[in-house]
Amino acid sequence: MSSFPYLLVLLLLPLVGGIVVAGMGGAPVRTAKFTALGFSLVEFVIAVLLWFDYRSLLASGSAEPFGEVVKVAWIRSFGIHFALGADGISLILIAMTCFLVPIVLGASWEEKLPAGRTISGYFALLLVFQSAMIGVFAATDVFLFYCFFEVMLIPMYFLVGYFGGPRRAYAATKFFLYSLLGGLLMLASVIGLYVASGHVLPEGTLDWETLRSIAHQIPESTQVWIFLGFAVAFAIKAPLVPFHTWLPEAGAEAPTGASTLLVTTMDKVGTFGFLRICLPLLPAASQKLVWLFLLLALLGIVYAAIVAAMQTDLKKFVTFTSIAHFGFIVMGVFAFTTQAMAGAVLYMLNHGIATGLLFVIVGMLIARGGSRQVADYGGVWKIAPVLGGIFLVATMATLALPGTNSFVSEFLVLIGTFQRHPAWAIIGTAGIILSSVYVLWIFQRTMTGPLRGAAVVDTGSAAYDGDDGPRGRAPELEPAPTAGSSGGAAVLVAAPAEPKVKAGFGDLKPREIAVVAPLVAAIIFLGIYPKPVLDVIQPTVTATMHAVGVSDLAPATQNLNGGGN
Amino acid sequence: MGSLTGTALLAASVAPAVSPKAVAPSVAPSPPIAAPSIDLVGVLPVLIVLGAACLAVIVEAALPKRQRFVTQVFLAVGSIIAAGVATVVLGVQGHYVVTFAGAIAVDSATYVMWGSLLALAVVAVPVMADRVIEPGGVFAAEASAVIGSPRAKQATAVATPMQTEVFPLALFAVGGMLVFPAASDLLTLFVALEVMSLPLYLLAGMARRKRLISQEAAVKYFLIGAFTSAILLYGIALLYGYAGSVKFAAIASAARAGGGSDLLLLAGIGLLVVGLLYKGSVGPFHLWTPDVYQGAPTPHSAFMGACTKFAAFAAMLRVLQVALGSMAWSWKPVLMVIAVISMAIGAFFGVIQQDLKRMLAYSSVAHAGFLLLGVMSITERGVTATLFYLLTYGFATIGGFNLLMLVRRGGLEAPRLADWAGIGKKSPAVAATMTIFLLSLAGIPLTSGFIGKVVIFTAAMNAGMGPLVVIAMIATVVTAFFYLRVIVMMYFAEPPATSVAAGGVEAPTVALPSTLTLVTIAVCAILTILLGIVPQPVLDIMHVTFPMLS
Repeated sequence: MSSFPYLLVLLLLPLVGGIVVAGMGGAPVRTAKFTALGFSLVEFVIAVLLWFDYRSLLASGSAEPFGEVVKVAWIRSFGIHFALGADGISLILIAMTCFLVPIVLGASWEEKLPAGRTISGYFALLLVFQSAMIGVFAATDVFLFYCFFEVMLIPMYFLVGYFGGPRRAYAATKFFLYSLLGGLLMLASVIGLYVASGHVLPEGTLDWETLRSIAHQIPESTQVWIFLGFAVAFAIKAPLVPFHTWLPEAGAEAPTGASTLLVTTMDKVGTFGFLRICLPLLPAASQKLVWLFLLLALLGIVYAAIVAAMQTDLKKFVTFTSIAHFGFIVMGVFAFTTQAMAGAVLYMLNHGIATGLLFVIVGMLIARGGSRQVADYGGVWKIAPVLGGIFLVATMATLALPGTNSFVSEFLVLIGTFQRHPAWAIIGTAGIILSSVYVLWIFQRTMTGPLRGAAVVDTGSAAYDGDDGPRGRAPELEPAPTAGSSGGAAVLVAAPAEPKVKAGFGDLKPREIAVVAPLVAAIIFLGIYPKPVLDVIQPTVTATMHAVGVSDLAPATQNLNGGGN
Repeated sequence: MGSLTGTALLAASVAPAVSPKAVAPSVAPSPPIAAPSIDLVGVLPVLIVLGAACLAVIVEAALPKRQRFVTQVFLAVGSIIAAGVATVVLGVQGHYVVTFAGAIAVDSATYVMWGSLLALAVVAVPVMADRVIEPGGVFAAEASAVIGSPRAKQATAVATPMQTEVFPLALFAVGGMLVFPAASDLLTLFVALEVMSLPLYLLAGMARRKRLISQEAAVKYFLIGAFTSAILLYGIALLYGYAGSVKFAAIASAARAGGGSDLLLLAGIGLLVVGLLYKGSVGPFHLWTPDVYQGAPTPHSAFMGACTKFAAFAAMLRVLQVALGSMAWSWKPVLMVIAVISMAIGAFFGVIQQDLKRMLAYSSVAHAGFLLLGVMSITERGVTATLFYLLTYGFATIGGFNLLMLVRRGGLEAPRLADWAGIGKKSPAVAATMTIFLLSLAGIPLTSGFIGKVVIFTAAMNAGMGPLVVIAMIATVVTAFFYLRVIVMMYFAEPPATSVAAGGVEAPTVALPSTLTLVTIAVCAILTILLGIVPQPVLDIMHVTFPMLS
């Protein structure tokens, strides 16, 4: 075992960073920003070290079920421990969080916050949020998991409600109450799990390993009730479709950095929870309710894809693509084949990277145009080719084009699901087609064609364009009808001169390129060579499958890494 | 009604030291009259508080007006601390005894209850002495002056110092609260209830500002309290008729043996429990709560919200466990329904409140519903959980009410929700502290309220009340909505513009309290966080062993 308490440091470092940055109210903003970035980079380095340490533990075979354990008794009367540990799944998510936070900080460097809000406060909250996220992924005590699950709401609540867009108070409250409802039902289940363990053991406990060892002794009917409490919480968090309505609101109103983390990391807690708690600790109930979650997953894939295509708000669009992707992840989790589950875990990482990039680039676009409406943009590629290119990469990763990271995971999920539930997999595959519809359409509307849109074109110049003077007075009316292809052509004919580009609407700056470059690199690298990640995932997935008591069907191959072996 | 009030007043006037003795012979009618055994050491904390209260009355008569205030504050706070020390010492020694001819039971539960009550009282009482927030004090300078009379106006105008009778009254109330959960026969229970309640009625009517609404609150509280007393007394009479004794132990054994008239027993239980539920402001017996909390001087609302509730539920724990434990099949289903009703009333009516004091009142009704879950589980864990919950709830409530005093407009408190807009910008400290209390009341992890919810719901789940726990969770979400609304107001809303010149409403300001108040608020906030992070030591201390003595 390693002597260095990686997880404890990972947990506390951002918290300390948050407090330090928050305390720097008097210091120049620049110093505060660099301090926050420094903390997040150190955190990332530690996460990388943790990764290698875990790899060596795996190699030596001592990573079962958790590597890097920290365990202290917390509330003895309830068998509660402060226990941290990392398995393959949590390691992936911790690494993803630590990878994304510096990027988000970089992307938020010049974030336009509401009047009176300081960027140091914003960065501080982001760091505190990161700390809670590490905690929720690393907790190996169900109670501790619950605590972090609830605590992470508070920084995010303030990130949305204090720093967000015009409807921020409404979005924040809705988000908080929705999550709290799920959280409290989950608390009932946590207590139920404790009580149920007390019927099997002399003393009740909430320690994950102990609970897993007695999981098969808890009667099925009890398991189903406990399962439902957890499942509602995770379904709200993920979100699965009937429970998703908070996400588009919160995701759209939050400042870009916060919504990136909200969608990429916080939502993973839902699917992570299924893998960490529902499947291993409540195996009988999980098997019994598989149909329900496959149904919800498919519903999510299809419904969110259709709704995403209809969105007029760019940020809401991204959240709906994310909801569709979570459908795939949940399908992979509940397909109960090694391939599908490994694919789902990999998808959790890849979604973080791909959707992260999409959110960041959309945020950069919105920062230029000052509007979230799709209709306010058009032909952006002409004036910002790098931005357009990155946008294209992000959209391709979102629709899981072969060669991008998402393809590997989506393919694994579908092929794994097909082995057990062919019909579900076939319908799910239709989701890929739908995703290309919404993704390509949004790309076409914002990036291609002639320059247009109130956010791109300087409407002030319309006043001296002569003939369309009266229309120039109502700039928001102008771009809307031209969204169609014929309308675009009409504009071309009517105004052969290039419209004047709005001041400040330029291509990506070096800082922004530096921010998106790691994401683009990760998308391509993991699209071509996912083996290092799959190697980490596979042992944990096998263990989880074993805990549920299911094994692959005969024709399935255990080898995830294709022909390489 | 009139005779009842007479009884009540009589009880109050003789109660402090004499009542247990006066009651004891009447319940032990065996021919050779043996002197009851009296263990004064066991009840030392009660004696200290009630003795100090009597002394305070003398101080009021003997000392010149100028010196009274300081003396009274020292006497009040000092006696509560002394009683607390005595409780700790006796509790550690394990001085368990049933004394005063079975009228008072001092066991581990009693010490836990006393210790917690005194801990709540020691943060609630000093705030009554605040004369900085409101010049002269939050309590009236001359409560007897006719409202609107020149004298009353004069007293407010020149900030005449408050009446110091407040402190002996508070001490009497604390004394009654201490006896209430230790009572081991029904008459002692009743007398303690009256000793506790009468000072509360008076204090409710003594606000310096908004005298009318304060007096209205006092009258309402008194009338409903008198009704309640009558109901409780009727229940006691019926139980006496059933068991032939008012002692808990005798009632328990009679109920276990069976054979008597079930009608007497069940009706007696019903009336008795309803009486106790009124005091604990459990819905649907909560009707007095919002009006009284709103009208009473705010430190007194805090005192009632924390301490009265504690005493009422602690007494309920003992009565239901010791006297009526074997009859659980009869009262448990009823209490389950009442618990759900209470949660629902508290949660849903809380949502529509625009006045923060009323909101806290409805929140207290909702929490009463949660507390009933612990009461109904009748296990050691259930008792510990209920008491722990009461303690955490008490600190958050005292802290919350005290903060309400700080936001003022034109010298008056500004408890409307809209008045709290943008407080986060005006006074980050007030907003942050309030947020801690509200999050605790909402039961968010790392606050004491969360641990309280966990322990109480675990106890309930262990006792097989799973569906009720789920209902409680849903009610918690609804309550979280109105707590959250305050946070939204404080942080996300813009403060109203000050436009006095334009004839608009003056914007509320944040007053600075006295050091004593500041310390109590800080203590409440620190304990709320501390009990949320390291609850184990306190849970250990509060461990109650069964069977409770009687």
